[in-house]
Amino acid sequence: MSQLRETEARATEERPGRIDAAPVRHPLRWVAVAVIALLVAMFVNMVLTNEAFNWPFVWEAMQQSPVLEGLWKGTVLVTALAMVVGISGGVILAVMRLSPNPVLSSVAWVFTWFFRSVPRLVLLTTMGALGILFQKGLSFGFPFDQQLMGLLGIDANLTFLTLNANEVFAGIAGGVIGLGLSEAAYMAEIARAGILSVDKGQAEAAEAIGMSGGQTMRRIVLPQAMRVIVPPTGNETIAMVKDTSLLIGLPLSTELFYQLQSIGSRTYQVFPAFVAAILFYLVITSVFMVGQYFLERRFGRGFGQPSESNGKVARLLGRGAAH
Amino acid sequence: MSTDTTTNTDTAEHPAHTTGDGQPLVHAVNVTKAFGSNEVLKGIDMDVRKGEVVCLLGPSGSGKTTFLRCINQLETINGGRIWVDGDLMGYVDKGGRLHRLHDKQIAAQRRDIGMVFQRFNLFPHLTAIGNVMEGPVQVKGAKKAAARTRALELLASVGLADKERAYPAQLSGGQQQRVAIARALAMDPKLMLFDEPTSALDPELVGEVLDVMKELAKRGMTMIVVTHEMSFARDVADRVVFMDGGVVVEQGPPSQCIDNPQHQRTKRFLQRMRQEKQEV
Repeated sequence: MSQLRETEARATEERPGRIDAAPVRHPLRWVAVAVIALLVAMFVNMVLTNEAFNWPFVWEAMQQSPVLEGLWKGTVLVTALAMVVGISGGVILAVMRLSPNPVLSSVAWVFTWFFRSVPRLVLLTTMGALGILFQKGLSFGFPFDQQLMGLLGIDANLTFLTLNANEVFAGIAGGVIGLGLSEAAYMAEIARAGILSVDKGQAEAAEAIGMSGGQTMRRIVLPQAMRVIVPPTGNETIAMVKDTSLLIGLPLSTELFYQLQSIGSRTYQVFPAFVAAILFYLVITSVFMVGQYFLERRFGRGFGQPSESNGKVARLLGRGAAH
Repeated sequence: MSTDTTTNTDTAEHPAHTTGDGQPLVHAVNVTKAFGSNEVLKGIDMDVRKGEVVCLLGPSGSGKTTFLRCINQLETINGGRIWVDGDLMGYVDKGGRLHRLHDKQIAAQRRDIGMVFQRFNLFPHLTAIGNVMEGPVQVKGAKKAAARTRALELLASVGLADKERAYPAQLSGGQQQRVAIARALAMDPKLMLFDEPTSALDPELVGEVLDVMKELAKRGMTMIVVTHEMSFARDVADRVVFMDGGVVVEQGPPSQCIDNPQHQRTKRFLQRMRQEKQEV
């Protein structure tokens, strides 16, 4: 009996079992936590007690209807539309750039070269002045119709649509076109990197089951490229939110920052107006970041991305998984 | 090229590639291919009958894989002609002059030829069944429900009925290659091309893929297999073709070509293969 227990004991001694080790301690992390907590407390105290913040005014400014209109139309809507133009334009440019057709690829290169070279404020300000080129209005019709009709001696009107150029270029449409084209130039490079990141064997496998070039791109290459394209595109979208504050260059005043700034200067409450603008920008970018998280999860399917955030606090204190 | 004129007259001399039973499914004449100045294929002639299993053997760099890819037009040939089931691959003959086919027409020619790659090349963003359904749905315009039923049958036939929803990254190499075979079969090909299908696999996974291929051969599929698996070639192939330096050195039934090779180069290659096997 006792002998049996002895062998059992020896067996457990000789064959190590489950590990229950003390984790590595990180005393410096605790020091850092203390220092940071102190700084945060000081900052919060300042924000709450310094009267220059004038929080009641901040809330009030944020609820003014011109501000909200500027927020929806100038900031959110222009961001969304300009990104639609930018992403679709960028993908088309990237495909053109990678095409074996030298004309297409150089057109894409020239486009990218031009729009990446011009600062957005300069681009938008110039866009606003484009009306000068089309003083009779923007006409859509048969190319060179007036010259051709003159040559043939016929008097006919082949124009089917005429727009006021100033209204087109200096309004929200102008903002969307200007920012969208500029964005397309950046997105083209992002999309090209994404397409090139997909293994060549993928296109070969798609072609081997009889897919056409377009199907291969749409069904096989682009969905995989998206995994590489989405994170920098999220970055670009957030940058676009902020660049809508340049719309005043057009000049388009239905825009968040301009509206808050003018309230600030009218009421001599400049600083609270800026704080209101910052709060709005924080909210919009946060919403876009949530969207980006879900997009990344969608396009990460099948790539075995590690599950997110297994206890950041536990890791900080050295109590989480051993890494 | 002097060969051009001769092959043009070949068209008349070989009614083989037009129609008829007992005629070769694959008919390749004087196929040449160069990458830059590097001549990889130096005039390959090869006929493969319907239902035949042909294994291409030879040292690496001998042009086996390139020839296989030329049949499916993943590489464009520089000279010679390849007919598959009577269709001239990649070109149409209009009044004695060849005209290159449009990409869409080439895609249509590829539909009837299944290909299995060394590195599987499954679509990683689609599940196993998604991979198998992709061709029928997108290329043939099959109804999704019908394509799904058929894809399930195919997955079951390669022993993966339970892996329907798995993504490629969740499958072993052998399982991935079996899904890749099912994906190729989903297009109901007349011909299956295998490009070293077991070379990227761990040794213990080779068997499961070879078993699927044996079963396929038994059911009468026409197959061209580039491989280093001598036992597979001996057991399954109707004919082995030994290539070296871009030419066909020797060919014949495995009993003759593997067990009693005539050419010095074949002997040397087979001996080296045997030595490697012993070292393992």
